[in-house]
Amino acid sequence: MKADPSGVLTGRHYFDGNHACCEGALAAGCRFAAGYPITPSTEVVERIAKRFPHLGGVFIQMEDEIASSIALQGAVWAGKKAMTVTSGPGLSLMMEHIGLAAITETPCVFVDVQRGGPSTGLPTLPGQADMMQARWGSHGDYELIALAPSSPQECFDYTVDAFNLAETYRVPVMMMMDECVGHMTERVDIPAAETIEVTPRRYTTKKKGEFKPFEPGENMVPDMAKAGDGLRFHVTGLTHDERGYPVINAQAQDKLIRRLVDKIRLQADRIVRYEEDAVENADVIVVSYGITYRVALRAIEMARAKGVKVGSHRLVVCWPFPEKRIRELAARGKPIVMAEMNLGQMYWELERCAAGKCKTALVSHAGGTVHNPEVIYNAIMEAVR
Amino acid sequence: MSEQTNHTEGEPRVNPVLPYLREDRMPHIWCPGCGIGTTVNCFARALTESELDLDKVSIVSGIGCTGRVAGYMNLDAFHTTHGRPVAFATGLKLANPDLKVVVYSGDGDLMAIGGNHFIHACRRNIDMTIVCVNNFLYGMTGGQASSTTPDPATTTTAPYGAFEHTFNLPFLADSCGAVYVARWTTYHVRQITKAMKEALAKKGLSFIEIISPCPTLYQRRNKLGDGLQAMEYYRDNSVVKSGADTREVEIKYQGEIICGKFVDRERATWLDCYNTRNAAAIGARYRPYPWRENGEGGVK
Repeated sequence: MKADPSGVLTGRHYFDGNHACCEGALAAGCRFAAGYPITPSTEVVERIAKRFPHLGGVFIQMEDEIASSIALQGAVWAGKKAMTVTSGPGLSLMMEHIGLAAITETPCVFVDVQRGGPSTGLPTLPGQADMMQARWGSHGDYELIALAPSSPQECFDYTVDAFNLAETYRVPVMMMMDECVGHMTERVDIPAAETIEVTPRRYTTKKKGEFKPFEPGENMVPDMAKAGDGLRFHVTGLTHDERGYPVINAQAQDKLIRRLVDKIRLQADRIVRYEEDAVENADVIVVSYGITYRVALRAIEMARAKGVKVGSHRLVVCWPFPEKRIRELAARGKPIVMAEMNLGQMYWELERCAAGKCKTALVSHAGGTVHNPEVIYNAIMEAVR
Repeated sequence: MSEQTNHTEGEPRVNPVLPYLREDRMPHIWCPGCGIGTTVNCFARALTESELDLDKVSIVSGIGCTGRVAGYMNLDAFHTTHGRPVAFATGLKLANPDLKVVVYSGDGDLMAIGGNHFIHACRRNIDMTIVCVNNFLYGMTGGQASSTTPDPATTTTAPYGAFEHTFNLPFLADSCGAVYVARWTTYHVRQITKAMKEALAKKGLSFIEIISPCPTLYQRRNKLGDGLQAMEYYRDNSVVKSGADTREVEIKYQGEIICGKFVDRERATWLDCYNTRNAAAIGARYRPYPWRENGEGGVK
């Protein structure tokens, strides 16, 4: 279905990434948001607080990030599309409810405008060091989806995608922004509502008695229900059967958890998204994502000016990781250089998938500012030497 | 359940609370003599007498023995994370204000790990009913001290006796802004039912504390007898003082339990305030939330 025009600010704008993210959420149909102030993400909810009363939405500033990350799930079960927005320290507090969203298959969006960590770290400066936490931070086995925008335009576009993916797979979807992308101001084109594809929630058509809230349907994903519709369903964070009733044994655990994981792993080909440039004949490939992708582009340009055949693989969806594609690229035997604003997180995945088939190098950065392109350039030149 | 299904001839008589329960989830997990089932019985009766559309009633629990209540009720039911049912219920209620939202959980869940959410929901006056079954400890995990364990009751984590100052829950709810505050014990089944009915009808945050025995962990460890002896203690030591100053209703170990309705007042809810403020600031263009399509029914 197409976006509700009332929430779409069609036109050419000059926005920072945080404002663009807010507009993406509104275009996607988000009408509930809960948040707690935290630099450098707060502008997203500030704009939401201003926009929602005109759109029939509700924003509530909760008492902490723990509350925000579960209030939004209450809103989802009452029928709203919902999100919360935070940065590293808040994301740490939200881990409990990323797990709840995973096990209860609650479609929702978590925006993380990354800053330097750990702990209070660098509140006003960028980082990309929450990538592993986003994937593995809550206890237990589960899968989710994470996207990494590299510009305000992508903050708009990917936020729409994040809501759509959340509805399709019924998982929490993480928007892995960073302080740079959140605060950089660029042109953002918001298209007409009738050109924005929005995935509606797939509600059950079954009646009370025949409806099982966790019976897998299309794509291994159960149909949704919402409170107040007379279905009298039960949702629990305990391991449960298809009726949503707790079952505390190994068989029920195996059945549920394998499905939660498999609905993403077995359908990863449809979810994985990346952008490539000139990888086919490349002597070296640079892998990057988010703001670091923009910096890497400069380094690639510099290396190409020296006659080096450099390819680029840019992660759009970071989780699930593009395993199959990285294996193919590694099988070429040519080196892969990865740049990210941490001391090696997605690089572990790269190394795992490369599995020794090619040389890999990490251009790490502890955060606080973006890489100097020359450092990535040097790593490219070193890799092809 | 306290009510027996006696039938000698003809059609079997159905327990009147059965339609409110998920029969396929019985037997429940509660121990013999536990008071939680008694409160559920009262809740079912309060729902009947309130004549609410049960399709529009949602129940939210956290974790713990009382946290299992949501799972046994034949309503839209949410068994959430430890301490967070109030925060979940806040989102549920604000996303669809047509729902009647009830949070049903224990003292450990609501007042220790969930204390921050509780006080803020009271302050905001979110339109919901919170039932706290207070058994003075953490039952599900084996009887550890909670924020309501009175000095010198012993628990597994207070082997020499509890010594911390406790929360006086009615005072906490009152001082944070709840519009309806009552306390009863599981001996007072009619009063609990009436209080629940009043709470369900009250607009704003209503809070009911129910003192309940944990024969397995609290009674036995403190040599206070079984569930029946707890009822006798409640009968003999409860003092009904409706309208009492909540500062004066603190519970001491095996002391008197002051019961009654302490607070019943009017105060604008979060949603009332949201609409009033936005209407004042935005003016005639503002459409109050929830936006009604075709005049009535669901929310946009």
